[in-house]
Amino acid sequence: MFAYYLDLAVRSLKRNKVLTALMVLAIAVGIGASMTTLTVMHLLSGDPLPGRSGTLFYPQVDADPTNDYSHAEPLDVMDYRSAVDLWSAHRADRQTLVVDSKLKVHAPEVNLPPLMEMMLSTTSDFFPMFDVPFQYGSGWSADDDAKHARVAVISADLNNKLFGGTNSVGHTLRLRDTDVRIVGVLKPWRPSPQFYMVAGGRFANGQTDDFYTKPEDVFTPFTSGLEINDGNFWQFTCWHMPDTPGHLQNAPCVWIRLWVELGGAAKVADYRSFLAGYAAQQKALGRITHADNTRLRSLMQWLDFNHVVPSDVHLQTWLAFAFLAICLFNTVGLLLAKFLRRSGEIGVRRALGASRRAVFAQCLVEAGLIGLLGGIGGWLLTLTGLWLVRRQPSAYADLAHLDAPMFFATFVLAIMVSLLAGALPALRASRIAPALQLKTL
Amino acid sequence: MTVHPIIAALHKHKAGVVLIALQIALTLAIICNAIFIIGQRIERVSQPTGMHEENDLFLITQQWVSAPSADDPGGLEKLDSMQQTDLATLRNLPDVASAAPIRSLPLLRSGSVGGIGLKPLQQKDTIDANYYYGDEQALSTLGLKLVAGRAFTAADVQHKPMRDQGEPVLAIVTKPVADKLFPQGDAVGKVIYLDSSGTPTTVVGVVARLQSAVDTAGSSLTWYSALFPVRQDANFSRTVVRAKPGRLEAAMRAVRPALYAVNPMRVIDDEQGVRSFVDIRADAYRADLGMAILMSVVCLILLSITAAGIVGLTSFWVGQRQRQIGVRRALGARKIDILHYFQLENLLIAGIGAVIGILLAIGLNLWLITHFEMDRMPVIYVLVGVLAVLALGQAAVFVPARRASNVPPVVATRAV
Repeated sequence: MFAYYLDLAVRSLKRNKVLTALMVLAIAVGIGASMTTLTVMHLLSGDPLPGRSGTLFYPQVDADPTNDYSHAEPLDVMDYRSAVDLWSAHRADRQTLVVDSKLKVHAPEVNLPPLMEMMLSTTSDFFPMFDVPFQYGSGWSADDDAKHARVAVISADLNNKLFGGTNSVGHTLRLRDTDVRIVGVLKPWRPSPQFYMVAGGRFANGQTDDFYTKPEDVFTPFTSGLEINDGNFWQFTCWHMPDTPGHLQNAPCVWIRLWVELGGAAKVADYRSFLAGYAAQQKALGRITHADNTRLRSLMQWLDFNHVVPSDVHLQTWLAFAFLAICLFNTVGLLLAKFLRRSGEIGVRRALGASRRAVFAQCLVEAGLIGLLGGIGGWLLTLTGLWLVRRQPSAYADLAHLDAPMFFATFVLAIMVSLLAGALPALRASRIAPALQLKTL
Repeated sequence: MTVHPIIAALHKHKAGVVLIALQIALTLAIICNAIFIIGQRIERVSQPTGMHEENDLFLITQQWVSAPSADDPGGLEKLDSMQQTDLATLRNLPDVASAAPIRSLPLLRSGSVGGIGLKPLQQKDTIDANYYYGDEQALSTLGLKLVAGRAFTAADVQHKPMRDQGEPVLAIVTKPVADKLFPQGDAVGKVIYLDSSGTPTTVVGVVARLQSAVDTAGSSLTWYSALFPVRQDANFSRTVVRAKPGRLEAAMRAVRPALYAVNPMRVIDDEQGVRSFVDIRADAYRADLGMAILMSVVCLILLSITAAGIVGLTSFWVGQRQRQIGVRRALGARKIDILHYFQLENLLIAGIGAVIGILLAIGLNLWLITHFEMDRMPVIYVLVGVLAVLALGQAAVFVPARRASNVPPVVATRAV
């Protein structure tokens, strides 16, 4: 029966090509617009570390002793002392410190001009904690952290630029004025967002593009990085001016992020009380005032708190769905016109014994076929839309590609929309009284 | 023409009427909010920076190779003399009107922000402001309008390492800063304290307007700026150059060879080294412009889809009512009466849609205000939107209505 209905549907669609084209176009445009924005949304709001994000937490303590503001939330990042204290306590399964800075990078063995690159100074747990994939070599050891070892891990991008993509482990890299040995080269790694650096989103007024920049190109042990690029570290904020700008170890500034991995609710609870205990102890020492102002958010909670998805993207998504709604209304109207125009034909079918259900099914098959055609058009428009997004100057532009789930979602959405649009007209068509129609034939 | 029979006829087509009305309502709601967003973005993009004839300006950013350190006195003097030589070279170029060392430019999205207070060692600064650093020619090169006090003279200009923490002695502030700090309007000659310091800085002049270098998302910081008579020395330097009218391209071309000729030990980036202000401005507003274009395209497509829907459904009604139209024509109705019938019918439906649409539009605007920090939409946008959808309805209904009016009266006699 389905094949017969499909045949009828094709015939019916061929009969009035303009009306068919109009409906297919309306669905295609609606699907194209909503799938483009939905894909961007899906890429930006996804879990950067599926399966792992539940065990990653972002501790915060309030190190600012002043009373200039309400202290409803602790500062987004940590001061040197708190961060290093909490890290050295090793109370979590894994823990890592991160801080970034810009510096001059040069490969003495390669005849290329120096580059200005971002360097992430972090600790050995960074790579296993965040599932960072290696192409050659590996990360450094905890021992390297302790010994301020002059080693580095570089990104696939930088390896391509400097060493033509070959195994550069063992080669030397000059970071500012210090030579370091390359111990590892990453595979292309592009977490979305660059979650470990996210902070300050609540002050960004929805302009959070920068959370989606590429990871840094050079990774060095935390202790070594602070020495190599001393004088070039930027504070997140300070409550007094630092004595030496760029050197923040003893400055009244916050500038370091700490991440911890905690497997299991009991460990999370333990860490929470450890964090509170640390803050209380520091208050007793007179270093901090707002001891009760600590937080331990999970990775996803932290991303939510920072509203990582830019507000323009939200706005566009809402707009696209309103758009789809209008296309839906439009299609309902046109389908209604199309089905009711065939009242006579339907009357004959009903008189010959077709049940209401059969007429309803026939109409829905026709609507579904329109949806399928609209889906193909919508898919093409989505590809065009994403191509346009890629040409935008935003930090996430290079991420905008249609993955397999979103490809199928395009067609599922198109057919669902058309069936939804077809339901009311099909119901009306199936209610047509055969006698009345036969009389007028 | 009486409206009564039209309403009676519409009762027979409830589904179609509801669909068209809803489609018009949604279209109206989205269109007036979209146009409002477009208007806001365009307003943002076209706001003046405060610099006069800014299209003649360009910015040179260059880096010294193996430069001395600015942190020791000998190195500092060496850097400063290198910078002075560059400035002299640039000022002597035939197509250059003037040039000044500068830390940043409006809309450059890189600059420095600090706090200004009224008391020494004030714990919390009164306002945040953008800091611009330049020499005695900065004011005229940027083309800022001085509204009170005086410009800097060559004697005012200090030179310091970029990371020097000492406060400048003199400052020129923008009028918004002056109005905020000294509401009596007597800012010139008054003392301010920068970044909670204990050292006073004297305001010598007030300029009408100077936009922020950093993206401030429309906060008051956008217009809070201060200019200090300081030539900053570091391992890189920035210079703002005003080309003679119409000579921008020639001046920009002449810069590289001239600078390399006086000192080849430098790097001027191929893309970012010499940038016209037009380019800087376009870069800063690219996202806003993109959003405005996107919204416009969305509006156009929406209007066409809605129009297509009206054409489709009205055509169907015309087809369905062929016989009734024939009867009316046979009973003496003129073509124009039939045309008016369908036009009036559409006006009624579009009117209902518009009423619902106004409510939806205002609701949508309120929702946008709470979720996206949008401003309240002026009523004029809604009114324009209402007129637009009513006109759209009339335009869309015209073709099917004309076809209806061409139905010959003889149809009435067939197959009744």
